[in-house]
Amino acid sequence: MSLATLTKDWAATSYGFLDASAKRELRRKMLKAIAVPGCQMPYASREVPMARGWGTGGLQVTLTLVNPTSVVKVIDQGADDGVNAASIRRFISRVSGASETWDTLGASIVQSRHRIPEEMMREDQILVLQVPNPEPLRGVEPNISIARQMHADADYGKLWLTLYEQIVRKGRIMQGASYPSMVNGRHVMTPSPIPRWDVPKLNMARHLTFLSAGREKRLHAVPPYTRVEPLVFSDRPYLVEDHADLTCRRSGVQGFFMNELPQDGGGSVFEVSDSNLGIKALNKTEGAPTEIGETWYRNGEYSA
Amino acid sequence: MSLDLGLPALERAEPRLMRAEPLLTMSGISKRFGNVRALRNVDAKVYPGEVMGIVGESGSGKSTLLRMMNLEDTPDTGDYTLRLPGRENENLFDLARYERRMLCARHIGIVYQNPHLGLLMKHSSSGNVAERLLIAGERSFDVLRDKAREALDASEFPLDRMDARPIELSGGMQQRVQLAKAIALEPALLLLDEPTTGLDVSVQALVLDTLKRLQRDRKITMVLVSHDLGVIRTMADRVMVMRHGEVVEQGLADQVFQDPQHAYTQQLVHAKL
Repeated sequence: MSLATLTKDWAATSYGFLDASAKRELRRKMLKAIAVPGCQMPYASREVPMARGWGTGGLQVTLTLVNPTSVVKVIDQGADDGVNAASIRRFISRVSGASETWDTLGASIVQSRHRIPEEMMREDQILVLQVPNPEPLRGVEPNISIARQMHADADYGKLWLTLYEQIVRKGRIMQGASYPSMVNGRHVMTPSPIPRWDVPKLNMARHLTFLSAGREKRLHAVPPYTRVEPLVFSDRPYLVEDHADLTCRRSGVQGFFMNELPQDGGGSVFEVSDSNLGIKALNKTEGAPTEIGETWYRNGEYSA
Repeated sequence: MSLDLGLPALERAEPRLMRAEPLLTMSGISKRFGNVRALRNVDAKVYPGEVMGIVGESGSGKSTLLRMMNLEDTPDTGDYTLRLPGRENENLFDLARYERRMLCARHIGIVYQNPHLGLLMKHSSSGNVAERLLIAGERSFDVLRDKAREALDASEFPLDRMDARPIELSGGMQQRVQLAKAIALEPALLLLDEPTTGLDVSVQALVLDTLKRLQRDRKITMVLVSHDLGVIRTMADRVMVMRHGEVVEQGLADQVFQDPQHAYTQQLVHAKL
């Protein structure tokens, strides 16, 4: 027996970069994750030509889902034109033949870091979120084995306790991003570092969401039409960021999540975080034919 | 029988004795740890509203028995029932892990000798009490706050320190936080595992005082484990004397202490006196 009989014939790469067995494992774990909404599934995170922590988890899920007819949109903090987003998008299209887009409505797979697009997603779209820390209990229980037991017991007392203490100490809940949320009334998940503004968008959403952490080697999912309820006390309402009255200085849109740009002299101006929405609004004012889809927030109020 | 036990007259005028059905019944409990037989065929009954004292030397199995009452551990053989609505004839050792945990949180309170076992040291004292209520499903911040304050007040904890972390508090205060946590949900059964060991005598007296007042006001059924006969004598209505994993003697506290039958109990009482 020689080495040649034991190894596969050489090829440039397999389709979609990941080899077949890696994709097979990921598909199994993704199906499991859908079957138990919000429950974290471990998977063998493979090497991709990108450093851990830069979205390798999301990339692996996207590479598993992608096919030549896919249309891929990649966003980084709401923007399509960041170096990281652009490079990931180009890589995906190069290894799979999928086409690229900036348009939320035209995409079939949206891979995102830190934001969910402002335009409502549909049943035929999949959202893939890059997650740095998939474990909502990490802050209260550093031991992973015990944290897993706590998930199995639905023992989220300590998580509630941290929220209680934030109100006691500061008068309000200080948790900004990755707000712990109960999925399907059973598992608490951390919805990646999306702002509080975006968490309601996951509740009874029409699209499928995968949240994948490459460095931590775990993924979880929110299937379509699944309840996602942020942990809140009955007498302390869930508050989203105070962005309803802000206006984008470039596109003039109002009532969406904004990026704050500090200015000389202490003031600040705002630009809409979902950059493609801003571009569409600009095109519209210039009279170009543009379709802006239905948005989750209308006039700064969540209304889906 | 006029042994002065240092109790106020009121206490003895109203015997809380075995007229009712027992709240807690344990029968035939045996447990081995390797070669050590920690418990041998132990039977125990605790009646509603009484304080049951368990005495015995170190290694006699009293803490193991208490851990089983708190469902933290299961025996090799034996049954355990609590007369809770809907659970009268259920062997609690057969419950699934999740049910056992919920039953513990709602119906059983425990105060450990070592506060590190019972408290979350990095969280506030009121938060420690609130966590119990949160596990039981309370979701209103104002109610949580009020109930935590109420429970801390009942265990005579100074309310201006209710948001201090237990690690910053003295030993006596930590025990009071544990006690508040244990009674916050008005448990059917309160377990006390050497609650005053390690406290200095004056603080010990104050904590015992609080326990006595709670017992009087709320008629909580308590099981008190201690190797200190003085503590058992002030608190308990009935005692169970344990040695080498067996119950050597049990009966009314007055009787056992005044007229010990078993040689070991005699030794114990005389050593104390």
